[in-house]
Amino acid sequence: MTGSIGSLYSGNARSVMARGWRATRSTNSLVVLSGVVEPIFYLLSMGLGLGTLIGPVQTSGGASVSYAAFIAPALLAVAAMNGAIYDSTWNVFFKMQFAKLYEGMLATSLGPLDVALGEISLALLRGLLYASGFMLVMQILGLNLTWWALLALPAVLLIAFGFASVGMAVTSYLKTFQQMDWINFMLLPMFLFSATFYPLSVYPQGIQYLIQALPLWHGVELVRGLTTGQVDPGMLWHVLYYAVMIAVGLVLTTRRLRALLLD
Amino acid sequence: MPETVIVTQNLVKRYQNFVAVDGIDFEVAAGESFGLLGPNGAGKSTTMRMIGAVSTRTSGDLSVLGLDPDRYGPEIRAQLGVVPQENNLDLELKVRENLLVYGRYFGLPRARVARRADELLEFAQLEDKATAKVDDLSGGMKRRLTIARALINDPRLLLLDEPTTGLDPQARHILWDRLFRLKEQGTTLLLTTHYMDEAEQLCDRLVVIDQGRIMAEGSPAELIRRYSSREVLEVRFGSTQNAEAAGRLHGYGERIDVLPDRILVYSTSGEKELERMTAAGLRPITSLVRRSSLEDVFLRLTGRNLIE
Repeated sequence: MTGSIGSLYSGNARSVMARGWRATRSTNSLVVLSGVVEPIFYLLSMGLGLGTLIGPVQTSGGASVSYAAFIAPALLAVAAMNGAIYDSTWNVFFKMQFAKLYEGMLATSLGPLDVALGEISLALLRGLLYASGFMLVMQILGLNLTWWALLALPAVLLIAFGFASVGMAVTSYLKTFQQMDWINFMLLPMFLFSATFYPLSVYPQGIQYLIQALPLWHGVELVRGLTTGQVDPGMLWHVLYYAVMIAVGLVLTTRRLRALLLD
Repeated sequence: MPETVIVTQNLVKRYQNFVAVDGIDFEVAAGESFGLLGPNGAGKSTTMRMIGAVSTRTSGDLSVLGLDPDRYGPEIRAQLGVVPQENNLDLELKVRENLLVYGRYFGLPRARVARRADELLEFAQLEDKATAKVDDLSGGMKRRLTIARALINDPRLLLLDEPTTGLDPQARHILWDRLFRLKEQGTTLLLTTHYMDEAEQLCDRLVVIDQGRIMAEGSPAELIRRYSSREVLEVRFGSTQNAEAAGRLHGYGERIDVLPDRILVYSTSGEKELERMTAAGLRPITSLVRRSSLEDVFLRLTGRNLIE
């Protein structure tokens, strides 16, 4: 297959984003709202409700914080993940298989990288919206323990970017709704077991390694470190983990869209 | 000598286990309306995709607007309008928004796209539907919107893949009228169709394609002259007597074609053949004399077997 980077990218990903923004405004605003509200419900019920029975919890950085302050950053990371996954999997799957939307886009000057970047950026924007709403609630409840918490916003964007990028890559290989269900099947245990609701130290060593290999754990640790003020250079590993996810996802997505639509 | 917009030389597209396009050659001049005519699976859409710079050729040469699509895909696509076989309108957007958003995919300035969108809504006779949902449009309206969308970037070449398949007669005629106007304005049209009347209405020149190869090339009138007769007499004797009557019709016309339910006699004068038939004591149940059409050419060239 011939072709240079010129045929992959026309520098116009923003027109794809603008399209998504218009579409969301007119048809999907309710989905966006539910994405903001869902983690807040979790925080209220588990953090404030269940939290009164639990008392303070030890973070991996060694600090002792309230249960609500412990799970809030984890729920924030999960919200970023869910928002990004919704946009990059179900939405993308529908547009590819049924609406033939990308086929139409690629008949114009746009290249596959424009489409991938535009769609992922929109997923990020939505992630940012979810995260900002949630952080506001955390602030009101006094769960942002230091000024480092401000850095949690870019951290959440990084997490959303990683999941959106890989999510879109995986989706581009799937053909049926049943296969799409596998994605949910993998996400649920990751949500429950990635040191979201209790510290990693409750697991035996072997399980700890397994959890540490999964992406969500890195996100939870990164955000928790920032909102509780337990900041250390080791957190850069989490950043690196997401940087790799982003790069691999983008390369696979672009390659796949090109193979599917520009044969 | 007018500028040449498309040149194909021995163009081939091979997929893993079959050859979709098997060495075709044709040229399309600027301002011309050119048709690819053929049964389903003949390789028309594959050819369109290669010319539309969304599919790479396996071998041969292809030049679109003077450029090689394998190297200059985005540059070529920027100057094309594409009407795909299946409408792929954006169902999450309103009618006018479909035009605005699509124009932005070409990186065109917002103001220019907005102005052009209004002109095209008028051209497509959809002004009243500007804020309607795409799903609420009729089949013909959706098709006109797809064509309007393809014109948003003022393309030099418009590719239409079966533009009127699935539309009712009224909708087809409105669409033909719109396409004819484009042709009058000098837009180069390349269209695929398996409707003969459509090819006769719209094409200055066409090629008949079957199994990835060109079977014939020329203007509709030329092809009819070359592969058919001026008129066709269709006679029916009832399915039980059909074969027996056919046996007695040898020597009639330039050629006869025996179908299960009727017999076609190709001739310069259908009436004369009919008189001769009645004089010989043959009494068809029904008879019809009609002008020869591209359909006769097409069926002669591609055969009467159902190709799926």
